[in-house]
Amino acid sequence: MLDIEIDGKTLQVPEGSTVMDAAHQAGTYIPHFCYHKKLSIAANCRMCLVQVEKAPKPMPACATPVTNGMKVFTHSELAINAQKGVMEFLLINHPLDCPICDQGGECQLQDLSAGYGGGASRYQEEKRVVVNKNLGPLVSTDMTRCIHCTRCVRFTQEIAGLMELGQAYRGEHAEIMPFVEQTVASELSGNIIDLCPVGALTSKPFRFSARSWEMARRKSVSPHDGLGSNLIVQTKHDRVLRVLPLENEAVNECWLSDKDRFSYEALNSAERLTQPMLKQDGKWINASWQQALDYVAHAFKDIAKDHGAAALGALTAPQATLEELFLTQKLLRGLGSGNVDSRLRQSDFALDGKLGGAPWLGMKIAEINALDRALVVGSFLRKDQPLLAQRLRQAAKRGCQVSLIHSADDDTLVKIFAKSIVAPSQLPGLLAQVVKSAAEQKGATVDAELAKVSVTPEAQKIAASLVSGTNAAILLGNFAQQHAQAATLHALAQQLAKITGAKFGYLGEAANSVGAYVAKAVPQAGGLNAAQILASPLKGYLLLQAEPELDCANPQQTLAALQKAATVVVMSPFKLASTLEYADVLLPVAPFTETSGTFINTEGRVQSFNAVVKPLGDTRPGWKVLRVLGNLLGLPGFEQNSSEEVRAEALAGQPEFVADRLNNQANGVVLNLSLSAAGLERVSDVPIYFADALVRRAPSLQKSLDAKQPRARMNAATLAKLGVAAGKQVKVKQGSGVAQMTAELDAGLPDNCVRVAAGHVLTAGLGAMQGTLTVEPM
Amino acid sequence: MSTQQILLAGLDPNTGDQTWHLADYVKRGGYAALKKILSENIPPENVINEVKKSALRGRGGAGFPAGLKWGFIPKAYQGPRYICCNTDEGEPGTFKDRDLMRFNPHQVIEGMIIAGYAVGSERGYNYIHGEVWSLYKRFEEALDEARAAGLLGQKILGSNFNFELFAHHGYGAYVCGEETGLLESIEGKKGQPRYKPPFPANYGLYGRPTVINNTETFAAVPWIIINGGEKYLELGKPNNGGTKLFSVSGHVVKPGVYEVPMGTPFPVLLEMCGGMRNGKLKAVIPGGSSAPVLPADIMMDCTLDYDSIAKAGSMLGSGAVIVMDESVCMVKALERLSYFYFEESCGQCTPCREGTGWLYRVVHRIEHGLGKPEDLDLLNSVTDNIMGRTICALGDAAALPVRSFTKHFKSEFEYHIENKKCLVPPEVQREGSRIYVTPNRVPSC
Repeated sequence: MLDIEIDGKTLQVPEGSTVMDAAHQAGTYIPHFCYHKKLSIAANCRMCLVQVEKAPKPMPACATPVTNGMKVFTHSELAINAQKGVMEFLLINHPLDCPICDQGGECQLQDLSAGYGGGASRYQEEKRVVVNKNLGPLVSTDMTRCIHCTRCVRFTQEIAGLMELGQAYRGEHAEIMPFVEQTVASELSGNIIDLCPVGALTSKPFRFSARSWEMARRKSVSPHDGLGSNLIVQTKHDRVLRVLPLENEAVNECWLSDKDRFSYEALNSAERLTQPMLKQDGKWINASWQQALDYVAHAFKDIAKDHGAAALGALTAPQATLEELFLTQKLLRGLGSGNVDSRLRQSDFALDGKLGGAPWLGMKIAEINALDRALVVGSFLRKDQPLLAQRLRQAAKRGCQVSLIHSADDDTLVKIFAKSIVAPSQLPGLLAQVVKSAAEQKGATVDAELAKVSVTPEAQKIAASLVSGTNAAILLGNFAQQHAQAATLHALAQQLAKITGAKFGYLGEAANSVGAYVAKAVPQAGGLNAAQILASPLKGYLLLQAEPELDCANPQQTLAALQKAATVVVMSPFKLASTLEYADVLLPVAPFTETSGTFINTEGRVQSFNAVVKPLGDTRPGWKVLRVLGNLLGLPGFEQNSSEEVRAEALAGQPEFVADRLNNQANGVVLNLSLSAAGLERVSDVPIYFADALVRRAPSLQKSLDAKQPRARMNAATLAKLGVAAGKQVKVKQGSGVAQMTAELDAGLPDNCVRVAAGHVLTAGLGAMQGTLTVEPM
Repeated sequence: MSTQQILLAGLDPNTGDQTWHLADYVKRGGYAALKKILSENIPPENVINEVKKSALRGRGGAGFPAGLKWGFIPKAYQGPRYICCNTDEGEPGTFKDRDLMRFNPHQVIEGMIIAGYAVGSERGYNYIHGEVWSLYKRFEEALDEARAAGLLGQKILGSNFNFELFAHHGYGAYVCGEETGLLESIEGKKGQPRYKPPFPANYGLYGRPTVINNTETFAAVPWIIINGGEKYLELGKPNNGGTKLFSVSGHVVKPGVYEVPMGTPFPVLLEMCGGMRNGKLKAVIPGGSSAPVLPADIMMDCTLDYDSIAKAGSMLGSGAVIVMDESVCMVKALERLSYFYFEESCGQCTPCREGTGWLYRVVHRIEHGLGKPEDLDLLNSVTDNIMGRTICALGDAAALPVRSFTKHFKSEFEYHIENKKCLVPPEVQREGSRIYVTPNRVPSC
């Protein structure tokens, strides 16, 4: 520890601290612009100059290491003069356009200029003007306002993993810009808006819609991936206008992914369903809640009476709240049907009944940063888990060996130690090789099934890496969870973790993937799982927050089942064109901003939130709708008066973590390694901006590069074999479905694989996310 | 006063372009120092000590003792260390390394190899400015000769010492002459100085311990090894060892590069240059454009060494002596200098990025008859806000000329502001700036 005195206050700080760290610890504020605790030190703004005893010049607090016995004066004449001098320089070329600047009211430069700026400028010359840059659909630029702190440059390089911005030119002509003809395509790009201390980078979707002080700030939780990022939702006149990160070091740190930040645009979408609707004689009519719910109650009762309760099934989106999930399963089970599932994109349910609890990350999110070895199995890491990937990126920078086995070779922007990319059908075999190799290296025994496997050098390298670590983890990504042999992958990963002493976890797919297990919105003994619910068409379906034709593993089968059903009840904030064809009742339920609720993230953290705005039109919170429906059906246990009561019932208390419900250990899984796929295998990703109902309707996200139309991607050998040229239109056929799309070269794919995205209207006619398909030139 | 030359000894500007080759250098006694070290197995510490004894101070401008710098390289460090040579002389007035590199490149190479030996480095880079392309080409040729002769590469001269040396050329940014900006540039990044500490001795090229010295500094090393540090020190003055190259430009009869012992009185150097061309000495910038200007009377009393010039209120810098006679308008001269620093600021840190432009614009305004009485105070205040507050010394380099010009020649500035015209009549200025070529001298490049 080092002794330091700051403005007469003595304290002790750890070795390696800077004066800025020490000041922070002492509770002293030192003005700054370029310094940011999560970014490297640039020391370029010079605003944090302070006086250090015995130093002839003022020193930048952010970059000056503390030495023992150092005396620092942050408010001495020397320090204040230096800070005022810097402020004057910053302001001479900064436009005085605060009244029309979106940053006004939340601008660091504006705030600090009140303390350190002069009343009038001594600079009489012409001010600099800088041409704006196109950074894509999310970030708006006013580069004349830029003060060259390079926070945005450092962010893209250090946190987002790819240097997409840089400072070109010299001196006064220096400009922050993207590479020529490029924009910022990072899935974390919105953070540069928060980082920009001035109004140079502002939010394009939010631009000019309100002043910062006019909006209310409400806490909320992101309803997208399994991370459960903490949000500040800003509202005005019961409309969500902007979303910002709520800092939570244990979850999202101070970042948000772009889907967390910009998906709010969907809340004001024209596709919002604002009134209950009934289909009568093939025509949709508006109905009152009373009429609609009566209709649903009667329909469900009739089906139960005529065909038995087992003819009813519910499919719930894993992005629904814990309360909605809990009441849905309670309603179905109250009626006598156990057919309820939230794992819509899952195709292998062999783990059901064998798993010890809800599959989860297997560790705290923050523990990812401390890993020294990691194996990621089947994940489009950056796009599926933008911020978890960011943590792995930081871990890799600190020396963690991150290995990847997958069926596509997208750039993770994480330093990868070893990787092996194989066709989906080969993935279990590949993981088996790693298990066998690790066992050999550790002197452990494996079962006969694995003994037969021959190990490739790459698998051996991955195994050696895991074996040599002291804090390793094996993480199953979305692709592995959706895989047709997901149970085998799980069992292998579990075995590998046991052999290597590694942690074993799931990179949670959706905001409430864990919550769905906790709420029991997954089938218990005797109930049908999502695939079975759709495979043996039922008479009545309840769809909660889900758009099955886009959210399910096999859209073809899904649509067929729903079209055949007698009654399909849709509880959703949106009306999707294709839904109108098969649905019978549309009930407008609130999205996450209009209801209170709870998400349980992938580490088992229970995060509840309140509604931030009033429900739009006749929309009602989902839990209330289900509660009333329970009453109308005459079911017991639907007397809750608040979502808190529902939550308490679902969780048996108010825990902060649901540690006792989490368990990744599965017993008695039969390994299924001998799989061969004849023909072309489909590799499916769910592109980041097609993953759920909200992002699909956020116009700005839809304009970004990640939202481009799905293409049939193949490697050069596969293209050649099929006689297809990249850029040409092809017909992709799977089952009874056909989709026409552009062929594209993707050198990262294994042979005989075609990558076709799921979750998009264009590919909704195709079959299962994993399977075989054919490609024909047009 | 000794007249010994050690850098340009035996070299003639008229024939120098033919006598730079390895064979010529060896004939002049070249590579003897390296052979001595390797054949006698002189311990690296002794090499460093010899350089320390010599009081050889960095010839790039800052004058930091070279031996001390070498001694900073952490001995216990595992992993590569680097030797970097700074031949990016870009300061207006400075062209000493040009002649050294042109006529005597092998001496630089030998000095770098010895430095590598002294600090346990196996790899060096010479960063050569891109404006004079022929220097870069010549250095590459010299490297080829050295490699072919077994002076570079594995097991040099049969010893166990390996050293490889590469040339790297810049693209003309002045700021890449700042040592950490130079390192960034070699690394392939934008040439922007780093914040120090850490210094290059601990965190240099690619984050490794690095010795970075000026070309002339390295070139002095072989002589020190052969003749001993004490002898080198004796050539100059205490604390100011050896000889120094001075690149003299301006209104002298024979501008050029002159090697004289440290501590030589300025009038002696002026005499060597053939005295003033015509007209009377008005002012001298003794150490390159970033050094404060000194009026004639102060300068004529100075000796040419770090301490004397510093005492007079300026810097010896890189030894770029810019001589001005009375045809020079000091406002116009400052405008030119301020424009240079405005243009060459890297734009990284605020005071320099914003301040250099401000200084230039105000001086420009004064020069063009738009000055205001309060402008001189404003200039002073702006330089106050730049100096000592920037990441590298470019901020100070931009501020010092402004301060010294307005201090020593205040009346000229006031005349400009009051009368909206120059104190020096235009025809005098025109005459003074006429191109003037000394007979029998090859104009350098």
